[in-house]
Amino acid sequence: MIRGRGLERRFGAKRVLRGLDLDVARGAFVVVTGANGSGKTTLLRLVAGLAAPTAGELAVDADRAELGYLGHEPLVYRELTALENLALYARLYRVPESRERIGMLLERFGLWDVRNERSGTYSRGMLQRLALCRALLHDPTLLLLDEPFSGLDAEGAELLDRELLERRGHATFLVATHDPVRLSPLATGAVPL
Amino acid sequence: MTYARDVVALARKDLLLELRARETLPAMVLFVLATLVAFRFALPAGGSERASIGLLWVAILFTALLGLTRAFVPEREQRVLDGLVLSPVDRSAIWVGKVTATLAFLVAAELVALPAYALFFERLSWETVAAVALADVGICTVGALLAAMAAAGRARELLFPLLFLPLALPILVGGVGAAVTDTPARYLGFLGLYDAVFAILAWASFEYVVTE
Repeated sequence: MIRGRGLERRFGAKRVLRGLDLDVARGAFVVVTGANGSGKTTLLRLVAGLAAPTAGELAVDADRAELGYLGHEPLVYRELTALENLALYARLYRVPESRERIGMLLERFGLWDVRNERSGTYSRGMLQRLALCRALLHDPTLLLLDEPFSGLDAEGAELLDRELLERRGHATFLVATHDPVRLSPLATGAVPL
Repeated sequence: MTYARDVVALARKDLLLELRARETLPAMVLFVLATLVAFRFALPAGGSERASIGLLWVAILFTALLGLTRAFVPEREQRVLDGLVLSPVDRSAIWVGKVTATLAFLVAAELVALPAYALFFERLSWETVAAVALADVGICTVGALLAAMAAAGRARELLFPLLFLPLALPILVGGVGAAVTDTPARYLGFLGLYDAVFAILAWASFEYVVTE
């Protein structure tokens, strides 16, 4: 599903990825590991199409509608409520029966009671939960998750564990993490950077 | 139809954000009023009609600049633009939505500014009102594209006026020309042509502005 050859990405004089080869089969769960600054986030942004490689070739067999991306930022508007943010994304992703889908995700991630509060008032963990709702809203077949456990409390992390376990095999995962041990039961491969 | 619905959803979002934050429109209204008051005292008594109409256009242009500088601030914060760019909408719909919202703010500010101009200086002609309407489209068309470009840069507050003002000069020429000449239709046509050319250019190039 993802094939990269000789991937490089430079930021000025700094080279972040150096000739990386990458193969991710459909349905695989691949963990990307590495120290800070090794290029995990950059790799995910390249695969998402948010950045272009400086050198090398990258082919991703999924269009934007099939892609779910969780980055360092929640990608939601602070002045809008959780419900309004997800309704906007549901509209843009043409999610069928969006009300039910949004309600189900908000309940699952424990945000239903605060659905009408502005996301700017949320804690870091709540924002991460909302970001996960946003990334999963359209039931993507390719999930690019950058430190998905970041900011989550024990309950939130358990919810995410369950979500990943449920989706494993149905979707393809590329997950950047500092904690590969947590994902080792799910992982089918690893990309050390 | 889907495209139009995307545009409506995106523009509605911007209007809702402004309704909540109340940061852009009040600043635009206060700025244009303060500018017109300052011009009222700066222009000598018995100053020419040509001078006062020129000042009106300067006030409109800088008010638009103020609003457009903030156009992509919500998207820049927390990188929400990434979320919009990743969604399967035609990326030009993001630009059209932003043009629609900034146009609404500019028109709202002008609903205060134009009567204020008539009060401080002189009655407005229909040619001026028509020119302002046409100019608004051009200002927002070009401004929304450049604001998106500047949002990606580091010195965005400096970069945006430097990009925008030279491209807005033809709007000043057309606007002032329509108000002070005997052949306003020629200048209104020029403004219409400006709108059409830059709308096509911005619509076609927006995708490349928001992606690498």
